[in-house]
Formats: sequence, structure tokens, C-alpha cells
Amino acid sequence: MYEFIYSRPATVVEAEALLDPNGDATALSGGQTLLPVLRARLASPSRVVDVARLSELKGIRIEGDRIVIGAAETHAAVSNNPLVIEALPALARLAGGIGDPQVRNRGTIGGSIANNDPAACYPSAALALDAVIVTTRRSVGAAEFFTGLYGTVLEPGELVTAVSFPRCRRAAYVKFPNPASRFALIGVFAAKTSGGTRIAITGAGYGVFRWREAEERLESGGSTSDLESAALPEDAFTSDLHGSAEYRMNLARVVTAQAIGEIDV
Amino acid sequence: MNAPPTGKNFGRPVRRLEDGRFIQGKGRFVDDVILPRQTYAAFVRSPYAHARITELDAAPALEMPGVLRVMTAADLAGVANLPCGWMIHSRDGSEMKVGARPILASQIVRYVGEPIAVVVAETRDQARDAAEAVMVGYDELPVVVDCADAMGPDAPQLHDAIPHNLAYDWGLGDEAAVDAALAGAAHKVELTLRNNRLIPNAMEPRACNADWDAYAEKLTVWMTHQNPYGMRAMYSGVYGLAAEHSLRIVSPDVGGGFGAKAPNYPEEVAVAFAAKLVCRPVKWTADRTEAFLTDAHGRDHLTTATLGLDAEGRFLGLKVDTIANMGGYLSTSGSLIPTYMYATMLSGQYVIPAIHCRTRAVYTNTCPVDAYRGAGRPEAAYVVERIVNVAARALGLDQAEIRRRNFIREFPYQTPVVFEYDSGAYEASLDQALALADYNGFAARKAEAAARGKLRGIGVAAYVEACGIGPSALLAKLGAGAGMWDSSEVRVNPVGTIEVLSGAHSHGQGHATTIAQLVADRFGVPIESIRIVQGDTDRAPAGTGTYGSRASVGMSATLLACDKIIAKGKRICAHLMDVTEDSIRFEDGVYASAATNRTVPFGEMAAAAHAANAFPTREIEPGLVESSFFDPPNFTFPSGVYVVEVEIDPRTGVTQIVDFSAADDFGNVANPMIVEGQIHGGLTQGIGQALWEEARYDPETAQLITASYLDYGMPRADGLPEFRLSFGCTPSPSNPLGMKGCGEAGAIGSPPAVINAICDALDIEHTDMPARPERVWKLCQQKGAR
Repeated sequence: MYEFIYSRPATVVEAEALLDPNGDATALSGGQTLLPVLRARLASPSRVVDVARLSELKGIRIEGDRIVIGAAETHAAVSNNPLVIEALPALARLAGGIGDPQVRNRGTIGGSIANNDPAACYPSAALALDAVIVTTRRSVGAAEFFTGLYGTVLEPGELVTAVSFPRCRRAAYVKFPNPASRFALIGVFAAKTSGGTRIAITGAGYGVFRWREAEERLESGGSTSDLESAALPEDAFTSDLHGSAEYRMNLARVVTAQAIGEIDV
Repeated sequence: MNAPPTGKNFGRPVRRLEDGRFIQGKGRFVDDVILPRQTYAAFVRSPYAHARITELDAAPALEMPGVLRVMTAADLAGVANLPCGWMIHSRDGSEMKVGARPILASQIVRYVGEPIAVVVAETRDQARDAAEAVMVGYDELPVVVDCADAMGPDAPQLHDAIPHNLAYDWGLGDEAAVDAALAGAAHKVELTLRNNRLIPNAMEPRACNADWDAYAEKLTVWMTHQNPYGMRAMYSGVYGLAAEHSLRIVSPDVGGGFGAKAPNYPEEVAVAFAAKLVCRPVKWTADRTEAFLTDAHGRDHLTTATLGLDAEGRFLGLKVDTIANMGGYLSTSGSLIPTYMYATMLSGQYVIPAIHCRTRAVYTNTCPVDAYRGAGRPEAAYVVERIVNVAARALGLDQAEIRRRNFIREFPYQTPVVFEYDSGAYEASLDQALALADYNGFAARKAEAAARGKLRGIGVAAYVEACGIGPSALLAKLGAGAGMWDSSEVRVNPVGTIEVLSGAHSHGQGHATTIAQLVADRFGVPIESIRIVQGDTDRAPAGTGTYGSRASVGMSATLLACDKIIAKGKRICAHLMDVTEDSIRFEDGVYASAATNRTVPFGEMAAAAHAANAFPTREIEPGLVESSFFDPPNFTFPSGVYVVEVEIDPRTGVTQIVDFSAADDFGNVANPMIVEGQIHGGLTQGIGQALWEEARYDPETAQLITASYLDYGMPRADGLPEFRLSFGCTPSPSNPLGMKGCGEAGAIGSPPAVINAICDALDIEHTDMPARPERVWKLCQQKGAR
């Protein structure tokens, strides 16, 4: 990697100061994306600001009918947390299926949400459940927060501090892993919420999205077999080395049916 | 020759003596070696697969902090190009056409990652920063990636004077006899298949650390390698880096090789020259991207095969036409793999009266291809074991039955393609594998799977391979540039410890244990008293390395050296015991004679040998050191039968291997636990090839698009079944240990077994590897549409 200044601020305010919007500093959380990029010399920030140990970004707590997870909580912490397992068991299982133990003990929910990798798992849960992304400057609903391929509304210097999910015991996440990377070739987070049935798909290629036609069919009493003919947004699916759009669309149907099946058990 | 030693250690699952240090992170690999005044190298590599270099300016790099030197081809004027070690002659008698491969490119680059310059700096990062500052100008040239396209009229030509990119057009066997056999055959089946290109992925990437001692005019190169002696000969004889007696190659612990650490690569040679230029030690450790781009790849064949059978399904003739992708240059053994390591195995386990193979080797803008676990033999087994199943399907024969009808049953057996198989019991292995797999109960399991919506299939594959490479005279006839014997020196020290210097070199095989097992039993001494020394050309006398499952050659040399020690011990004991030498027996570590009650334990004899005061030293030399060189009379021929069951989910195309039964015959085995580990590893790599692994290049740019673990599908434990292993034993007559070799077997037999099972599940003739979920899903869709 190229030379850079490593900073470990003690507070979020200090971190924000270091992440000067006019500079090229980068925030480092679990580093599961950033460090490989740095090692491959694909980025050369002058400063890396390590926010992973900030106490203000830590903690998992219940707030009324929501569960709030600090941005610096690792996948391992989320997957093993009794509050998460009780309030939102599908999220605990999702977190426990990311990467491998090394990744899960380093990677964080805030890092994943902020990076919005089109094959990441967390964005699907956030979108399906209308999570609220809390940043150093505001609170944003997931539907507004994610803006496509690696895109979010985060502005330079703005940090995710927490993610707030509604409690939901009737939810499931099923991932069809890419055999090489184990990222989602297709991942589906399905939930039956007070607002209705929600289906969010990740891995399709251009960023997480909701499969509204399927949601409507299931809401209007359809069964998983009706998903076979539910229209998918074709332009949301890409063809690449790992699968054609046609195959990904097939997986979206199969995996959605599996996820719905898990909820309805 | 067959006198298998049996004892307290040999043949038993002795725990690996070397594992303590590996498990505790105390292994010593090349990157762990840090020398005084250490410097670091980084390579300037071509980002293009085919380009003319128009400009090369190192000046900006020389101004960077810590930079000591930038070495380019200009610094290597007069130094030889990288040689290919095996001369192959085309069918018209002409020599193969070798595209000149310089250590550092200065005119044309022919694959992405080809080295152009090496930067030496005080730190690794300084070297890398400066490598990016070297100015290189390129004029891009058109590229060719696919071996079938390389000979086409529109294909760009990689090397001057090598039209159609054709390195050679080689043949083996009697073509007229095969054509006649096929013309008269009751049945003929034809199959076109690809053997997918693989990337070896040793855990430890390539690394070297070269140290030039200007005072002694001695060059020491620490290098992770399978054949340190071969590299010493090459570095001295070909490149003139130092006289052979002043050139030391040290290969310490080697973290996996799989064949990819056997070639002579440009980077290590360049680092050695750089060390001489800067007169300081220079270290280079490849990063994972460099490993993907430049470690010699494996396989990459396109083959059409035709098999003729009589009315009863007996094989009459096999005709094979293969195009082998060599990459941008011929690697050290690149020319050998798709010829004598491949076509010679096309008889498989069967009586096939007539066989012919034509192999055309072509240059493409890809990483050079060389040996990879099995090296030609997996490609052959895949052709044979796939077309046998295609034939079974065409004739309506059971896949086990068609094999049974064609097995070789008498040994030695001379195939029509060079080899004389030394021993085997193929039908016994088939029966063993079928029993283990409960082959007869398959129909019920298939029905049960169908009820769960899964397509279940069963695949049988029978492989034979050639291991224990030697004898040297035969290899020379096949084009070898060097002999392939091996050597060992056994030193019995005065206090009773034993050093065994071996010319083989373990890169994970556990030689420190298996050779010690052999010696402990031979001398009747505790295994703890033995130390195996390998991988240092200043210590062991000579050797030809470890590849091709050939440890039986080196271990035979050790056995023969041990026997020389024992024989000398008898001569010494004749004086100690005051009896005639021929009355003395050596058993269980003790010299004894019917002529006296006096006995002499091995250790006492050894002490006497060094004391040298109880025997006439003009008749018997003091000391106890013996060496032996063993050149085997023939290859060995391990064999086996694998039975695989898969379940396919037609909704996703995911193939799950639900059962894997293996019946292997490796002759005598030194350590069954280590053998099982080798089989597990080999099967895993073979399954990886069948289901996930494939090096893919962009056809437009020849960029490697599977250049990281994000994109290259490695096999993982959760994709593997519990392997059920069993072993037969027909000892090899080709070495005194009766051993055959087991390192590659699993990777040879498993790819066709898996694909046979998938084709059975889908009721199709063929599908290419890797059987990725999407490929299988599409086949399921077609099946549904039928």
C-alpha cells in the first residue's frame, strides 16, 4: 500500500475534523473492503481515520419497538447478540453468514452500509425493514440512503453512527453465495412487517432494490408459486463472470420463495 | 527387487514430525529469512497482454527514496533466455519452435504480468512505489487467448518465425492402425471436450532472497522451490550466475508447490542478477495478484477423441486430437506436459490395441502453462474416462460393466503408447469401490432424491498414472534435458544420531517423517534419533527434486544407502565379534551370528566405526557415511477407481457431491495417514477443477479476469463430502520399496468421476468443466424442455 497517515481519534467530533471534506482522508471501520483496496494500491488516501473503536459507534440497544446497532459493531457481535437474536433473529443470521470468522470479527455493519457493495448482505435487511441510518449529521431512511451501485447519500466527511431497525420476528434472509467470493450472487431479505410484506434483493448487480411485484402478489394472498410469474425489474440484473442476468433472475425467484418459506414455517 | 520393509514405523500412521513447527507458526519459509543489509525487489510488469515496448525510462524511479538500482534487459546483455527443458519433435521431424523468452522483456510483451524491470530498494514499499515510477511506453498489439483460435488465419502471431503460433505438431502411436481399427469398429463414439485452465494457488507464494558474496564469489539463493538442485544447475550452466560449486540454493519450508514451484521462472533469476549488481541481499516475495498472473497455470486443452468398439463393447482403437495452450512462452516443462506426460497415459486401465494422439501446442497471450498436480495425466484420464462413459451410454452398457470388459488383467502390460505398466489389479479396485459406494443400491437412492426434487447421479472413473519419474535413459529418448534419478547420503554420527541427506525436497509431503520411518526400521533405532536434511544444495550431495509423485525414487536411494551402512557394519562387526562377515545377520537393530553369543547393537557398531581402533583401517575405512544414487528401471503405475454420487438442484443448478468412494492402489505405503491426507487434498483439487475453478481471460484484451479469490472459485471444505477411502496393494517392482506414489492420484481420477456423475444425473452425453451452477441450470432447463 501507499504511505498514509493513520489516525485514531478518540471521539466522533475529532473524527469528523480529521475527515475534512476538502481533503482526501478515508474512514476505516472493519477494513474488509478498504484494506484490500489499499493493499492492491487501488486507492491512495493521504489519511486513514480509524473509527472502529469509537465508543459512540458501539452498542446494541432496544429503543421502544426498535433495535439500534452502533455502526462499529462487528458482524460477529451482531450475530451473537441476545437482543438482536430476540428482536430481529433474521438479522443475526444474516450477520452470521457474512464472509468467514475473520471477516465477521473485523467487518462492521456501519462499514457495510456505508460501502453499499451491490453484493453485500446488510443493505437488503436495511431496505426491507425500512431501517433508519443515523449519521453524524442526520437520520435517513434506507430507501433514501442507498442510491445504487456503491452509492449512498453520505456526504464527504459524514459518518454512519448507527442503524436502527424495527423489531421483526417474521423475517428471513437467504443468500445464494457466489462460489468464489461467498458474497451474495443473489440474496433476499423477506419480511412480514406491520407495513406489509417486504422483499429486498441484493447481488443483482446495481445495488439493493425491492421486488414490489412480488410484495403485491403476496400481500394480495398469493403464494410462493405465484412468484414464478411475477415480473422482475430486468434492468436491475447484470450479466458478469459469475452469472447472466437470466440466471440471476431465476435465482431471485427461487431464493425469494425460500425466504418466504422460512418465514411461513 | 520387491522386498518391502515392514516394522515398527514403516507402513504405520506415524504422526508427522514436522507438524509441531507448522502448527505453532514456527515454520521457516523464504520470506522469513531476513539477511543483514537486506534489500527488496519489486517488478515492473506489463499491464498489456501483447504490446511492443516503445519506451523504457528508469530515471524517475531512480530518484525515488530508498532506490538502489533499476535493472532492465540492458543490464542482462548476453545472458541466455529462459530455456524449455524438453525437446519435442514435430511429426515432420522438425524441432519444436521455441519463442525466445528473455528474463526481462525489452521489445515485446506477450502476457499480462510479464516482467520488464526490477527495482531494488531499501524497503518493500519503496521498491513498489518506485516500480510505478518507471516509465514504460507500449504500442498495443492484437491478442489471442483461446487455443483453438491461435492457429487461425486472423490470429495475431506472437513470435517471429513461428507461423500460426504453432510450437509443434506432435504425434504418438500408430495412426494407420487406429484408422483401420475405427473403420472396422461396430460402434464409434466421438467427444469434444475442454480441460479448463487452472491456477495452482499454493498457500505460500513464490519468493526468493539472493545474496552475492563478492569476497567468496559465491551466490546463495533462498528460493521456495521443488527442485533446488535443478535450479543450481540452471543458474550456473545456463545463466552463468556463479560456478556450480559456488552457487547454493536453499529451499527451506515450502508452503505448497503442486508443480508450479518446479519451473525456472524469470523473476527469481532476475533477483539473483540484481543481487550481484547491488552487492547486497535482494528479496522478492510475490503478492497474491502476482501469483495469479504469473505462477505457471495448468491444463487448458481442447480435445476431440474417437473411440471404436466391437459389438460387445470392447475397445478397438482410440484416436485423440488435442490443442494445448502453452501461453506466451514455453515454460520449463511446458512442452512435455501435453505430450509424453499425456498421450502416454491414453490407454488408461484398458486394453486398447491401437492408440494415436496428435498434439498441437500453441502460443497465446496468456500466462505460460506448466505442470500442475498430475501434469498431463489428469488431462489423459479425463479424455479416457469421459469417452468410456459416452460409449457406455451409446451402447446401453453400465459404466462399471464397460470398464470390466476392457480392463488390463496381466502385468507387465505394454501399451501402444510407450509405457509398460508394471503391476496393478484394476478389477479388484473396481469391486472395492463399488462395494464401498453400495453401487447396487443406487436406484433406490436416486428415487428417494427425486422425491425431494433432486436429480441424483452416479459416476465411475478408473485412472492409472505414471509416477516415480525415471529411468533417465528412457527420459532422454523422450526429450529430457536432464536425468531423473535421486540420491541420498546417510551419516551415522559417533553419538548415535543419524542424518539423512536427501536430494528430494518436501513441499508439504512429510518427507521428514516418512524417510525417518524407513531409516528407523532399517537400523532398528528410535525415529527421534533421525534428522532428514533436504533443500540445501550445500548439504545434500545431489538430487533432482520432488514432483510427479516421485518420492519413491529418493526413498529408494535412502534405502540403498542404509543397506550400504548395514553391510559396512557387518564388516566391522566381524572384527568386533571375531566371526566371519558372512555369518553375521542384522535384525531388529542388532548384529548377531550363529558362531558366537556376542551380539552388537547398531549403536555400538557405529561407535566402533568412529573409534576405528578395533578393525584394520587399511581394510575398512573409519567413519560411517554412505551415499547412493538410484535410477529406477521403470516408472511406477498407481491406479484406482472412484465412485461419486451427486445431487443436483434443478432450480439453481447447484451440484452437491453427496458421496465419494475411493479405492486406490499405491503399492506399499510408508505412512497411511499421510497417504490419506494426500488423497483428500488431491480429490479436493480435482473436485475444484470439476465444479468451480477456471482461469478466464477476457477474449478482447487477454486480461486475467479471475485474478483474485473474489472471482476464482477455490474448493472449500463446505463443498466437499466425507471421503470414503480404501486401499489395495500391488507392490511396484520398479523400486526396492514397492511404492508407487500417491500425490497426484486424487486430482487425476476425480474430475472425470464428478463429471460422469453429473452427466448421469442429467442424462446427457457431456458437459464441460467447471460444472458451475449456471451451466448446470441451463442443462436442467434444456432437459425440462425436452
